Amino acid sequence: MNLAYYDIRHNMGRFLLTCLGLGLLLGVVLSMIGIYRGLVADALTLSRAPVADIWVVESGSRGPFAESSRIPGDTREAIARLHGIKETGAVTYQSLEANYKSKKLRLYVVGYEPGRLGGPDKIVKGRSIGRSHYEMVADRRTQLSIGERIKLGRNNFTVVGLTNGQVSSGGDPVIYITLLDSQELQFELAPAAARREIARGNAQQGVDLDTVNAIVARLMPQANPKTAVKAIYRWKHLSAMTQLDQENILLRSVVDRARKQIGLFTVLLLIVSTVIIALIIYTMTMDKIREIATLKLIGAPDRTIIGLIIQQALAMGMIGFGFGALLIINIKDIFPRRVVLQPEDGLALAGVVMLVCVLASALGVRLALKVDPATALGG
Amino acid sequence: MSDSVQSEALVKLQNVSKHFGEGDARVDALREVSIEVYPGQVIGLLGPSGSGKSTLLNVIGCILEPSSGWVNLDGETVYDGHWLRSDLRKLRLEKIGFIFQSHNLIPFLDSTDNVAIVLNLAGFSTVEAKARAIELLEYLEVGQRKKAFPALLSGGEAQRVAIARALANRPRIILADEPTAALDSVRAGIVMDLLRKVAAEQQAAILAVTHDEKIYDRFDHIFYLRDGRLETENT
Repeated sequence: MNLAYYDIRHNMGRFLLTCLGLGLLLGVVLSMIGIYRGLVADALTLSRAPVADIWVVESGSRGPFAESSRIPGDTREAIARLHGIKETGAVTYQSLEANYKSKKLRLYVVGYEPGRLGGPDKIVKGRSIGRSHYEMVADRRTQLSIGERIKLGRNNFTVVGLTNGQVSSGGDPVIYITLLDSQELQFELAPAAARREIARGNAQQGVDLDTVNAIVARLMPQANPKTAVKAIYRWKHLSAMTQLDQENILLRSVVDRARKQIGLFTVLLLIVSTVIIALIIYTMTMDKIREIATLKLIGAPDRTIIGLIIQQALAMGMIGFGFGALLIINIKDIFPRRVVLQPEDGLALAGVVMLVCVLASALGVRLALKVDPATALGG
Repeated sequence: MSDSVQSEALVKLQNVSKHFGEGDARVDALREVSIEVYPGQVIGLLGPSGSGKSTLLNVIGCILEPSSGWVNLDGETVYDGHWLRSDLRKLRLEKIGFIFQSHNLIPFLDSTDNVAIVLNLAGFSTVEAKARAIELLEYLEVGQRKKAFPALLSGGEAQRVAIARALANRPRIILADEPTAALDSVRAGIVMDLLRKVAAEQQAAILAVTHDEKIYDRFDHIFYLRDGRLETENT
């Protein structure tokens, strides 16, 4: 006879309400893990989009995401000629705010040369950029739709294609425009400033527009990335890193604090959950002191009483976790930033919750084992 | 008095004492108590509050360890200066049935399961346990309430279910703590008659602590406890 089952069945409403409360708490824990994973995924999305093997940036810089990097636009041709390089692309990156439907829209602008590396990995709707100016591919998170026009800098751009899940490490949705447009957007001076520069004698508005933030390169199948990186270092004005190095920089530098903050908060939430589970089980045990005393008096062994407490704790943990997981799976897309729920994280949390339930039961079990069977006799 | 006095006593206590605390704080709850209860007997334990009735019941129920003396239950010496068995809960399960003043039914089990749990703990399968439980409930004329939870039972019904639970494993010793305190005189009489019937049919020894004068005439013997001493004995 499973006493835990009978007790739960008899007090189903109260038990489910307790599970629901615990489920909300575990849902928050799960969402924090999802936000953590989302932060990492967001940070890596942009660096993974070009599917590059090598990143070439300004000498001494760990750009283009962690630090600023400016290199001459013709660097791409030089890199393309290196042994083992299969494809290259010049890219620019910048954040900007545009006016859209009378509100500010934060965007992360990627400039690339259509037909070369650096563009969107996958276009889910529409087409890629076909003209050299004023077309853009936007991520769905911008809420822009195909055919819409939006002003960036001094020019209006038309959305021709949509991507999905392309965001910067800060969570801003990405738009892709041509390298020429992005160079204008990033490096061209405002008319007044340009006139001042020309008056000072600097031709062409005073700055060289053919500047990029990085060159991305893809290697031939047999080529060694480290050898390619070493070869690039021979140019004193350039630095190079492999894709793995770039990802490590992003994780250990760009989003490191946010990552640790969320990680620590998740651990704190787990500790709070443990305390709450322990208190719930303790209270549930306190409510059953007389029944436990009666069970002891009529001859129930300790294992029956321990089983009653631990099985209820585990059931509460499992059902609570189920509620929490169901809740977060259904509302994760409402979050302003990506929440990535991985099955292995869910299983790990489920395991932790079960462990926590068993550990948290210790207080209740201790209390139950100390109950004097004579308690059942009095009045 | 029952005719079965000649057989071996089911409960034998010799010079059992129990004190709590030491020195100035010492309280002698039982002083050199000796008692014998035979199969079929229904014994009443009377006395003012604090006289040691509950302590005596706890000692016989192997819940409280005496300070000195000798205790024999159903032919087995269980205490002789110290407990002779380590598995006292198993001993209670096998030999002793308890009836409480406030029934102490498990609130989340229905009447059948409240009785069946004792049999389940004793090793019966759930099906066997439930079958025997229903049989007992019917014997105690509360079979129609076999699916009812304790909260929905009347005082008399709950006490009958509690008696059924006490009898489930066919114990030879039944200890009752104020079994009729929560019942009116009619129902108290019915419960006591039921206990007498059980004692007679199952050759069990029943010891009941009571303050209920209405049921004094239902006992074979009444023992008075005063200041921990068994002072007088009435038949």
